[in-house]
Amino acid sequence: MSSLTSITGKTVLRLFLLVQALLVVYPLVWNVLASFKTNTEVMENPWRLPSSLNWSNYVHAFSTAKMGDYMINSVIIVILSMAVLLIAAVPSAYVLGRMKFRLRGFISQFYMAGLFIGGVYIIVPLFILMNEWQMLDNRFWLSTVYATGSLPFSIYLLTGFMKSIPQDYEEAAMMDGCGYFGILLRIIVPMARPGIITLTVFSFFDFWNEYVLAMTFITSDSKKTIPVGLSNLMQIQQFATDWGALFAGLVIVLAPTIIVYALLQKKLTNGMSLGGVKG
Amino acid sequence: MKTMTMKTKRTFFILVCLLPGLLLFSLFKVYPTFQIFQKSLYLWTGLSDEPKYIGFKNFADMLHDETFLLSMRNTGFLMLVVPIVTIMIALVNASILTQSKLKERGFYRTVFFFPSILSFVVIAILWSFIYHPTMGFVNTGLEMVGLEEWAKPWLGDQRTVLWALAITLIWQAAGYYMVMYMAGIDSISPELYEAADLDGATRIQQFFRITIPMLWEIIRVTIIFSINGVLSISFIIVSIMTGGGPDRHSEVVMTYLYAQAFTNSNFGYAMAIGVVVFMISMLLALVSNKLTERGSY
Repeated sequence: MSSLTSITGKTVLRLFLLVQALLVVYPLVWNVLASFKTNTEVMENPWRLPSSLNWSNYVHAFSTAKMGDYMINSVIIVILSMAVLLIAAVPSAYVLGRMKFRLRGFISQFYMAGLFIGGVYIIVPLFILMNEWQMLDNRFWLSTVYATGSLPFSIYLLTGFMKSIPQDYEEAAMMDGCGYFGILLRIIVPMARPGIITLTVFSFFDFWNEYVLAMTFITSDSKKTIPVGLSNLMQIQQFATDWGALFAGLVIVLAPTIIVYALLQKKLTNGMSLGGVKG
Repeated sequence: MKTMTMKTKRTFFILVCLLPGLLLFSLFKVYPTFQIFQKSLYLWTGLSDEPKYIGFKNFADMLHDETFLLSMRNTGFLMLVVPIVTIMIALVNASILTQSKLKERGFYRTVFFFPSILSFVVIAILWSFIYHPTMGFVNTGLEMVGLEEWAKPWLGDQRTVLWALAITLIWQAAGYYMVMYMAGIDSISPELYEAADLDGATRIQQFFRITIPMLWEIIRVTIIFSINGVLSISFIIVSIMTGGGPDRHSEVVMTYLYAQAFTNSNFGYAMAIGVVVFMISMLLALVSNKLTERGSY
């Protein structure tokens, strides 16, 4: 009797989960299907399959909507931001996590406070500052702003990793006459690799998807990133009603995210438990 | 002599390591934060304009600014509804996936987490189509099952627009918090649940008596995360999905701040709004921290 109720119980749970999974997946599947539909098909019924694979939407997205150019900008900005972030965060986290000096506690607290300062409050003074220093409409400076935004969390995450590396390694390296910089590059960086990879994956999504800062600080069309390009396309398409190209554009933005997620899914969801928020 | 040089080397190393981070952080985070407090006391319209000190007038103006007050009310609605529903869904799913020992656990974890890494722009565009009056899923779905009279322009009706936006925000975040809670539940000793089983406690009792109390510290942190998340994500969702419409009924405080700064060039006023939002979110963090503090557990 109890096994019967547990079987029905399990079926109910499975059904409950399945419905939710459909709610998550279906809009994305529909988006991929719509990217192959002709305009009239899109307008007709969102539940129907496309009559044939219509690649012209993708051609449109790359040629007239310039999704290819936006994508290159996004790639450049992701790489630059990642480089700046790692150069700033790894040495800071090492020093804050493993060396004793005055002001260490203060600087750690200082970064912690940064976790609470969101992007949109400070966008106005940031815009004015960047305007005065002629940093606007510049991919490098946008990247440094991105990197700075991720800095508090990154230092917090990496400091935890640094603390878990045994002290003996450094002492042994010291004995062998290895200097501080040598220790950092040759011993600590390789040992902290899991932490650095987790950080890189998280930041990839943040940088690739960022919208508000890119929309505000980049003015010329040739330097825009792909989320900004996409939202412009959305605004235009409402009048031009070339839905197909818009959906193709969405798929182009989604594809790298899906690929990275598929490859690194385990790292990402495990990283969340060691990412500090543990009771 | 030798130790002196060792010491200088060490100090030099520490400085070199800390400097890049501190410079960036001070310039792009700390300085702008001080600026919003200082410049909120100025009348400043346009980049070429010289800021003029006006004391607390910007703050006084807010009290009579109907659109600002409406945007605060809308933001408050989202900040209340979205975190509560998101966290409840996340908790229920997390405990089902960890406790029921289903084989598909890994699959659902992957699927449910997925929306939280999607671009907010993509999410906003997709959901605009879900709610689309003529070609959206919701309305065509209702038609298919014969409930045409329930179909409505979800984003165009001032009674439904905020709920529609709230559902989008919940869809986006529930999986993220679920994964956090799953990690937390995994670290609860299984013996607790076994003992409860022996005592004849039902799953639902176990959920309220074991899972929630044991996760309480994580839940407290995620409430604050979620409130802050709503504040910033609602900006993107609203500006793409509704533009604040219909008739400002989905205007949130961040879209209003942004429009004051970059459409009306009211920099001083925009920064004053920034100060108010900053203070309120700090206050909310403190209040929810205090409210959820536990005495008796």
